[in-house]
Amino acid sequence: MVLQTPEKTGEVYKWEGSVEELKGLVTERAITGETMLLNMGPHHPSTHGVLRLLLELDGEEIVSCLPDVGYLHTGIEKNMEHKTYEKCVTLTDRMDYLAPMSNNLAFCLAVEKLVDLDVPERAQIIRVICMELTRLNSHLVWLGTHALDMGAMSVFLYCFREREIILEMFEMLSGQRMMSSYIRPGGVWRDIPPEFMPALEKFLDYMPGKIDDYEKLLTNNPLWIDRTQGIGIIEPDVAMAWGVSGPSLRGSGVSWDIRKAMPYSGYEQYDFNVPVGEHGDVYDRFYVRILEMRESVKILGQALKRLTPKGPFRSDNRKFVPPPRSELGQSMEAVIHHFKLWTEGFSAPDEEVFVAIESPRGEIGCYLHGAGDNKPRRVHFKTPSFMHIAALPVMSKGHLIADLVGIIGSVDIVLGDCDR
Amino acid sequence: MTIPSALDPAAAVRTALPDVLLDTVEFRGETTLVVARERIVEVATVVRDTPGLVYNFLSDISAVDYWEPYGGWGERPERFAVSYHLLSMLYKRRLRLKVYVPEDNPVVPTIIGIWPAANWLEREIHDLMGIYFDGHPDQRRLMLPDDWQGHPHRRDYPLGYETIMFSFNADEIMKHKPFAKE
Repeated sequence: MVLQTPEKTGEVYKWEGSVEELKGLVTERAITGETMLLNMGPHHPSTHGVLRLLLELDGEEIVSCLPDVGYLHTGIEKNMEHKTYEKCVTLTDRMDYLAPMSNNLAFCLAVEKLVDLDVPERAQIIRVICMELTRLNSHLVWLGTHALDMGAMSVFLYCFREREIILEMFEMLSGQRMMSSYIRPGGVWRDIPPEFMPALEKFLDYMPGKIDDYEKLLTNNPLWIDRTQGIGIIEPDVAMAWGVSGPSLRGSGVSWDIRKAMPYSGYEQYDFNVPVGEHGDVYDRFYVRILEMRESVKILGQALKRLTPKGPFRSDNRKFVPPPRSELGQSMEAVIHHFKLWTEGFSAPDEEVFVAIESPRGEIGCYLHGAGDNKPRRVHFKTPSFMHIAALPVMSKGHLIADLVGIIGSVDIVLGDCDR
Repeated sequence: MTIPSALDPAAAVRTALPDVLLDTVEFRGETTLVVARERIVEVATVVRDTPGLVYNFLSDISAVDYWEPYGGWGERPERFAVSYHLLSMLYKRRLRLKVYVPEDNPVVPTIIGIWPAANWLEREIHDLMGIYFDGHPDQRRLMLPDDWQGHPHRRDYPLGYETIMFSFNADEIMKHKPFAKE
């Protein structure tokens, strides 16, 4: 079965389910005791964090699946309303802790759009490098844990070995392995250190062979195929109606990638493909991500060639971006700007913007409403994990409970991203 | 199959539903249509189904509170606003529909029948901002515990903090901690 894709024809999918289905209740059979209620999580290892699922089971088969989230709700959006724009960046790292740079970028692009700030080209290239390294980093964790959930232990160990190299490169850039806060409004925090370029070159030579290794372990493995093909199918139009995005949507055959369709940070200058699946099952979502890792390596190679040895790595608009340390001893204006930016911050107009980027998990959108002063009035993040967990009941209906573990893994959720 | 050329969303909505559009805002290349609160379902159906618009993907729903001590609502008609961020995959553009919601009657019709993705997005707003969605089948809290008091994303809900614990005040603090009690 090859699924039809609606995004190119302009046909409109009209959701035909009834609102009653979304009531979030178990069926009447559970009340009579005919079906069994089982609580899965929030401390189940395959729920990738603290997701709790209330399952109604008929034997091994899932009748209804009711996700319960909020165990990691930390009020990040509320906290941001009480911080200046520059300080908010630190909080965005903590949302999707496997792809912190994507959150940084979504927020910084929103701030830059709100205050109309240009970013120099070199900073954009560095951002693209960070984005693709983050994508590899996140996909490696996803692949390892997904395979581990399905019983393939060794992939996990290999994936974390390669992830360690990426984390070391993040440490070179920002001094931090995970919560890097490297991308800032107006550019990046500091220039790339001299040891970074050789490390990245070495990594790019090394990585394609490792992706081949993962493929050898999984792609044609009959056990893997048996566990994943035909499981958790979601049709493209249903996926779009439920707001599924990113690799999970492309696994259903919808060729939609924000990097390609509505480019940001200069993605239009890179040559890469958007891999799409055909069947919308767990296997296709897996294979799309594997191919995406190869595309990321390709983009990284191109970005490395475009990276000129010197140039500004952040905007020189001193109203928004602090001056470099070296100017502070020579210029009175630099001292004033430095003081103003680190005490008061910059102010943004009382308007709203929405920016969406392609994070490793899907579309991460940042809605930012300025208040006319130095703190945002409202920040809201539309996060892919949130939408994917909301769509879990559709994907898992009628499957066995053992397959649910694979379905959860295949949509790549992070609960910090969902609950914020 | 030929694809019709893209239409201006404001003009198309005005043609289809003459009295529903209250205002149009352009800011940094983003179009916002401010529409009447009671008729958001009709507008959402029109922008999704009209050839030339085809906003077929619901990106986000977010709510904002223009409470007076934090800037206030100025020229805006009401205290709350709900923004619907739509995406047209065919024409590669975005649109924001915005409704203003009064403080004394914070109710908006649900658009869950158009995009089921609105299910959790509306529940989240109900939970954190206290705006009710008329017709939504599942209005439980999403993020917070069911017995939580108040709606934290409202600006009149204090940010709060935890008192730093020293030996002299530890007992006093522990007394008020929300631990499970017998």
